[in-house]
Amino acid sequence: MSVLIFTENWDGKFKKLSFELVSYGAKVAEMLGTSAVAVSIGNVADDELTKLGKYGAKKIIKLEDELFNIFDNKSYSAAIAEIAQKEEAQVIIIANNNMGKAIAPRISVKLKAAIGSCVSKLPLSTEPFVVYKKVYSGNAFAHVELKTDVKIITLAQNSFDLIESSNEATIEQASVDVNESMVQTKIKDVDKQTGKLLLTDAEIVVAGGRGMKSPDNWTPIFELAELLGGATACSRPVSDEGWRPHEEHTGQTGKIIAPNLYIAIGISGATQHLAGVSSSKCIVAINNDKDAPIFEAAQYGIVGDAAKVLPKLVDAVKEVKSK
Amino acid sequence: MKILVCISNVPDTTTKIKFTDNNTKFDSTGVQWVINPWDELALTRALELKDDASTGVKSVTVGHVGTASADPTIRKALAIGADDAIRVNIEPTDAYQVAAQLAEVVKAEQFDIILCGIESSDFNGSTVGSMVAEFLDYPSVSAVSGLNIEDGEPVITREIDGGKEIVNVPAPFVAVVQKGVALEPRIASMRGIMQARTKAIKVMEPVDVDVLTEVVTFEPPQPKPECVFVEEDNPEKLIELLQNEAKVI
Repeated sequence: MSVLIFTENWDGKFKKLSFELVSYGAKVAEMLGTSAVAVSIGNVADDELTKLGKYGAKKIIKLEDELFNIFDNKSYSAAIAEIAQKEEAQVIIIANNNMGKAIAPRISVKLKAAIGSCVSKLPLSTEPFVVYKKVYSGNAFAHVELKTDVKIITLAQNSFDLIESSNEATIEQASVDVNESMVQTKIKDVDKQTGKLLLTDAEIVVAGGRGMKSPDNWTPIFELAELLGGATACSRPVSDEGWRPHEEHTGQTGKIIAPNLYIAIGISGATQHLAGVSSSKCIVAINNDKDAPIFEAAQYGIVGDAAKVLPKLVDAVKEVKSK
Repeated sequence: MKILVCISNVPDTTTKIKFTDNNTKFDSTGVQWVINPWDELALTRALELKDDASTGVKSVTVGHVGTASADPTIRKALAIGADDAIRVNIEPTDAYQVAAQLAEVVKAEQFDIILCGIESSDFNGSTVGSMVAEFLDYPSVSAVSGLNIEDGEPVITREIDGGKEIVNVPAPFVAVVQKGVALEPRIASMRGIMQARTKAIKVMEPVDVDVLTEVVTFEPPQPKPECVFVEEDNPEKLIELLQNEAKVI
């Protein structure tokens, strides 16, 4: 028996979300009285792999076959399902992100395993197995019973704290019965930025809305994000106007994020925007309209004109960072 | 080439979410039902492809799993421009059941491209589209933000961490689409609304499928404490609160 965790890496390094998944998986394993096994697909050096042990994985299974250089939904889900069966996984844990959403449902059908998606807490109970998930785009939560022997959980990002221990893991090389004919995805072109902090991985996000008035006013947002070690984002009207790229759009139809700190500047906070950011641990709003709905979601607020407030805020951050 | 667009019937996104029966059922009193926003984008893109003769798309069919109460929403899709619709007559209970029924629709009617929205705004599962693909053993591409057909071949843009990839898979395939695949959802014209009245909604009887999950209870979100306001000429105070009270910087 085991709890199997599918980790993701980024240019050979694990993303923070992988440590989150393993920390979560180790806790679920503890609840079930079994152990956590992490799966890593792609080229990751052993000293990077061992980091997963620190977060509670007892065993790390690596798959380095070149076949997996292409992210193909069918071959990835077949490989993970096969490993899950070999490891007699009771629970499979996958991130609720683009990659996870592409493969978790396929694994669910393959193994006839009930899936709890966008789960944001440890299981509420194991007998029956009940998970806690977001529904109605964050306007409610549901307790959902997963009724099959094998279960799949896709974990909402940044919903579980990292837990470090002195645990060490063993590393095993695996081979799976997946061949080239299964890989039907052909990659024609890639447009990928490297070395940039991913919006969905960022712990601090500074976002601008239409209240910024012009794309020329974005400098203090970049400055603030850089000083705080965060990423920048924007509201839908801003990306629709082409002031900022679509990749930065946070909201119901854009990226769903859950950083520790979300600073919304000149964003009124329409329901659709809040649906993408409401899981943030702390929301700060700066807006000149004291009745803007963003203040209902915010923990701290400043009523004022962004153009006046921002330079002072940047100075204040510089001041504390220089200490 | 035939396209199937799978649609979900969801409460309008501005609906105040409430529950009944001791928080076990969604309270649908006074709720406006709409096409799930992501499915609406999928439908719009399907119709755009059909409008362009070079793509070879001949028809756009809407697929839905639900009872007759969803017919008004299906009619909306027909009014927007879908040619016809197929409804599997069963109350949807979970993603696995819905996907299994949709797979039967595909088997019966044979489509080249199956489009699903990346998630529904009610259950936020993000699972049905890729499940349909697995039931049929079709290739699937998820997080699709662009879909074209050039020289009879699909050209698919998918979002990956930090960027995009242009990929191709052989038809028949499932594309799970998100924002970007179409810019604005298409709106029904008066002519479309009139025409929709005579378009066919074919009703299929469901197959037996096991239900794998069950909602035990719903829970409204925790009320948030009131916002603490800081004077606009005192951002130092805000930084201090973030450091010492919220402890996030």
